[in-house]
Amino acid sequence: MEYTPNADQEISENEQPILQLEDVTIRYGDVPAVQNVSLAIARQQITSIIGPSGCGKSTLLRALNRMNDFIPEANITGRILYMGAELYSEETDPVDVRRKIGMVFQKPNPFPKSIFSNVAWGPSINGYREGIEDRVEKSLRRAALWEEVADRLHDSASSLSGGQQQRLCIARALAMEPEVILMDEPCSALDPVSTARIEDLMFELKKRYTIVIVTHNMQQAARVSDYTAFLESGKLVEFGETDQVFTRPRHNRTEEYVTGRFG
Amino acid sequence: MTNGSPENTASLLVGKVRFHWKEEVIRIALFLCAILSVATTLSIVVVLATEAFTFFENVSLGEFLLGGRWTPLLVPRSFGVLPLVCGTLLIVAGAALIALPVGLATAVYLGEYAPDRVRSIVKPVLEVLAGIPTVVYGYFALTFVTPLIRSIFPSTQIFNAASASIVVSIMVLPMVASLCDDSLRAVPLSLRQGAYALGATSFEVTTRVVVPASLSGVVASFVLALSRAIGETMAVTLAAGATPRMTINPLESIQTMTAYIVQVSLGDTPAGSVEYQTIFAVAALLFTITLMMNVIAHRVLRRFREVYE
Repeated sequence: MEYTPNADQEISENEQPILQLEDVTIRYGDVPAVQNVSLAIARQQITSIIGPSGCGKSTLLRALNRMNDFIPEANITGRILYMGAELYSEETDPVDVRRKIGMVFQKPNPFPKSIFSNVAWGPSINGYREGIEDRVEKSLRRAALWEEVADRLHDSASSLSGGQQQRLCIARALAMEPEVILMDEPCSALDPVSTARIEDLMFELKKRYTIVIVTHNMQQAARVSDYTAFLESGKLVEFGETDQVFTRPRHNRTEEYVTGRFG
Repeated sequence: MTNGSPENTASLLVGKVRFHWKEEVIRIALFLCAILSVATTLSIVVVLATEAFTFFENVSLGEFLLGGRWTPLLVPRSFGVLPLVCGTLLIVAGAALIALPVGLATAVYLGEYAPDRVRSIVKPVLEVLAGIPTVVYGYFALTFVTPLIRSIFPSTQIFNAASASIVVSIMVLPMVASLCDDSLRAVPLSLRQGAYALGATSFEVTTRVVVPASLSGVVASFVLALSRAIGETMAVTLAAGATPRMTINPLESIQTMTAYIVQVSLGDTPAGSVEYQTIFAVAALLFTITLMMNVIAHRVLRRFREVYE
């Protein structure tokens, strides 16, 4: 193969983790919520963050697309690199960060607009108007919702069931064509059938996107993720391939947590 | 109880119904309080209607509603109410032009942009603004706003619609801001976060998610502010003048419906004369207009209401 600088770069980019956390500490005022966490998020893989309530897993997740910026007393030290670029440098615009790193929330939060407008919203504020229909359809298909809503795109999003609404929120995030999708306990408000559908969807999405999911459901983490980080009291106890974390944990606390002895 | 037969259970409960006279007294007292305001409103409507009816025995409804000259106190008499309606609309339009956008912008600033410290200062100031007696606003218009306008437009009359419009807008501004603020706050945080997570700026989140989501409350606050401006009396009586005139020039003296009612009520017009009855006809019209506005506000609220969990 002929040498081109581009090809070279591509190879190195693929080996490089898409997100790299280095000694990240997040405080609310003086109270640390996340302490000295270092880990790497692999590209086009699913990484889950597990841990008991209040361990800082949501805080950590929200640090990855700068959603903690809206909490005035939150402050962060350490470094987070997104494809080699500092997420928290002076020059980084949080608005750009969130375009690249999308998010799905605990409770479905569709806008009080039509199904179509919900998906078209992100692209339209960013000035993509051409081919918006195609983009909406593609996003809805990728979120496995198209078949169910194709004939009622202009109905209100609130007419959908909870599980459908959550898939709509995923479609809404996908319409921005992000690299990474953060999911903050996306199934905690859903019934088992809807949960299973979202988990199936995550396997599909993995082909194109990197997913980081926070969950308090250990079975879910074991089922869907390639890598698992176990957080306790804001500290990263263990991080590794999911198989290893669940079957051969290196730490006692991890073993106790994943076998359900506490948490 | 679990092994008692149904008859036993019944006998335990039957015969316990006593007359709770205290409850009854309280119920009646509360009912009387509730009926008081309804009865007052109804009796006002009845008085307005009967007096207006006698007026319309002398003057035709068509002449009243469509006539363009209002000189009931001067000869030759003319009972066309349009100049008064026009005066009121001029004041309301001017006040709306200022108060609605500024009020909404204030609410948006307070709710979406302002740090807590600024909010904790501005909010009470707005409430004080809402508590100032309207006669003070009238005086303020006459002694401060009018000279200011005259220094810019020297041809301005001493009594003019612009000055009154400005103070009426200041008067309804706190109401618009406060009601809009309430409805913006009712939009759940999760919607804002969803929008921010799509790479929206604060401005986009506000204008394209938060305000549309609270549209019903915003529009209702607008309509209520307008109906308050229509009914506003003291400031327009003091500042806008007493010249019924069909004009859209805000620098001229005009007369509103409310100001006319004040003029006749305070003047020496003999009670029972046609001149005197004009104020009931004008008041009935005023009442009809504000009632219609409130009905519209109600409809809008219902039509656009978004229910959040």
